[in-house]
Amino acid sequence: MALTSRGAARVVPLAPAVVLLALFMLGPVVWSFYGSFTNASLTGPAALNPEWIGLDNYTALIGDPDFPKSLWLTIVFVFLSAVVGQNVMGIMLAGLLRSAVKPVRSIASTVVVAAWVLPEIVAAFAAYAFFHSEGTLNTMLGGIGITGPDWLYSTPMLAVIIANIWRGTAFSMMVYSAALAEVPPELTEAAQLDGANGLQRLAWVTLPVIRRSISTNLMLTTLQTLSVFTLIYVMTGGGPGTDSSTLPILAYQEAFKFAQVGYGTAIATVMIIVGAVFSVIYIRALRPEVD
Amino acid sequence: MTGQMTAPAAKTRPGVVVGQMAGPRVTATKLAANLVLLVIALLFVLPMAWVLVASFDAGATLSFGLPEAVTTANFSAIMTPELTWLPLWNAFVLSAGSGAITVVVAVLAAYPLSRYRMRFGKYFLYSVLFGTCLPITAIMVPVYALFVQLNLLDSLPGTIFFMAATSLPMAIWMTKNFMDSVPISLEEAAWTEGASAMQALRRVVLPLMRPGIAVVFIFVFVQAWGNFFVPFVLLLSPEKQPAAVSIFAFFGQYGSVAYGQLAAYSLLYAAPVLGLYVLVTRISGSAFALAGAVKG
Repeated sequence: MALTSRGAARVVPLAPAVVLLALFMLGPVVWSFYGSFTNASLTGPAALNPEWIGLDNYTALIGDPDFPKSLWLTIVFVFLSAVVGQNVMGIMLAGLLRSAVKPVRSIASTVVVAAWVLPEIVAAFAAYAFFHSEGTLNTMLGGIGITGPDWLYSTPMLAVIIANIWRGTAFSMMVYSAALAEVPPELTEAAQLDGANGLQRLAWVTLPVIRRSISTNLMLTTLQTLSVFTLIYVMTGGGPGTDSSTLPILAYQEAFKFAQVGYGTAIATVMIIVGAVFSVIYIRALRPEVD
Repeated sequence: MTGQMTAPAAKTRPGVVVGQMAGPRVTATKLAANLVLLVIALLFVLPMAWVLVASFDAGATLSFGLPEAVTTANFSAIMTPELTWLPLWNAFVLSAGSGAITVVVAVLAAYPLSRYRMRFGKYFLYSVLFGTCLPITAIMVPVYALFVQLNLLDSLPGTIFFMAATSLPMAIWMTKNFMDSVPISLEEAAWTEGASAMQALRRVVLPLMRPGIAVVFIFVFVQAWGNFFVPFVLLLSPEKQPAAVSIFAFFGQYGSVAYGQLAAYSLLYAAPVLGLYVLVTRISGSAFALAGAVKG
């Protein structure tokens, strides 16, 4: 495209955005790929002048038993808390809200949204207190004569998965509420007249109509959950040991607790690639809105 | 919060035949739906209710329970300049700073994207969408290394610009959508009177999308206010750290004894965000505005 003076003037307003994005978004991504091939450390000479060490960080990753474990924990965390938990809870709540009376609807949606609007560190404290061995959950279980375990130590993944469902369901609920509102009522009524029960109507009428919202929401919740750090860090610190260290926690600990920035960067690079794959799928789904 | 969520269609549908056929069953189903919702709401509110009750409890524990004695001592204990006011001020500077930068840069970028058919505009929007997806926690280790190289570590302005950049993709996307809904015919009138594109943007477009700009600003502000990981990694000296980080340090030092104070601090820190969310719902007329905007 020949850049005429008019064309150039049109592009100028984009410049600040391009500079900021290039420096602080693209820069770290490029740096991540580069840094993962170095022995960069937190302090000392290797902090300012890291040396090129080739694929050593990646071979170390494969040899490190913590990495495959962390990768597996991340998959479990994302699948159970986002793909299953938040999405199923979200669509269920959206459906229930439609047949609820107004006061119940306001109370339920306000409470669910409040858990999502809270700052993440406060949400994490609240979840920590709830699952603590002397917390609300065990007090309630004690009330019906059950001595609950120390959830944060004996079942850390279960605790953080439930906490993340609690924290994030609001987003799916809102997306599905908007989607369900656009399903033409004639469709479900026609199915009802044909003798379809509630579950059949959901499976054969409602879900196919809102499939685009479902795929968009699955992608977004997956990406959001992939980068959850604070909730897990506050509740369990990734422990006990590395029993709840998902990839963001592992990358943080390698880089800042064990001062191996290069190694932590290699883990970050793996996360960026995983995130990029999901993003590309998501953007392909959204293509019509850009073109 | 109003919670307007039923579609108008659902209210106005005739449903005479259906209603007569399935009368009692529909009421039973509705009753069950309301009960299930109340149970879910109770489960969701429990962890949050702990924060509220413990902050006024003289002998707060980690479990939700009625306080032995209601007190405001937890609040007065934490309301010192170095513990609360300075971190809250830092949080405000970070959030307002990145919010202002993001809004200005996003409006400038959205204008050509919304108004001109540019061949690379499409690719720019694709990269912006891609940027909204990038998990920020994944890039924090390399960002730390980059900040070491640029000598920006522990710098408040550096952190503000970084937070502005990370919220920029979503802000550009939202601003462009808001701007698309302002009819171009109004600017064409301004152009024929000799106004430049930037003048038309300032005098015609911006006044018409004030609510949209407020929503974008609040969106960025709330995100920055609640962000823990970014300032936790990039800001090292306690006198520069925002509330999210200092509250975590407080938790590490006294969290195992002073639950009441931790809860009081959490409440004080969360209150502005809850207030702003209510404000957004008022501006945009829907309780689900933020998610709607996120959806694009």
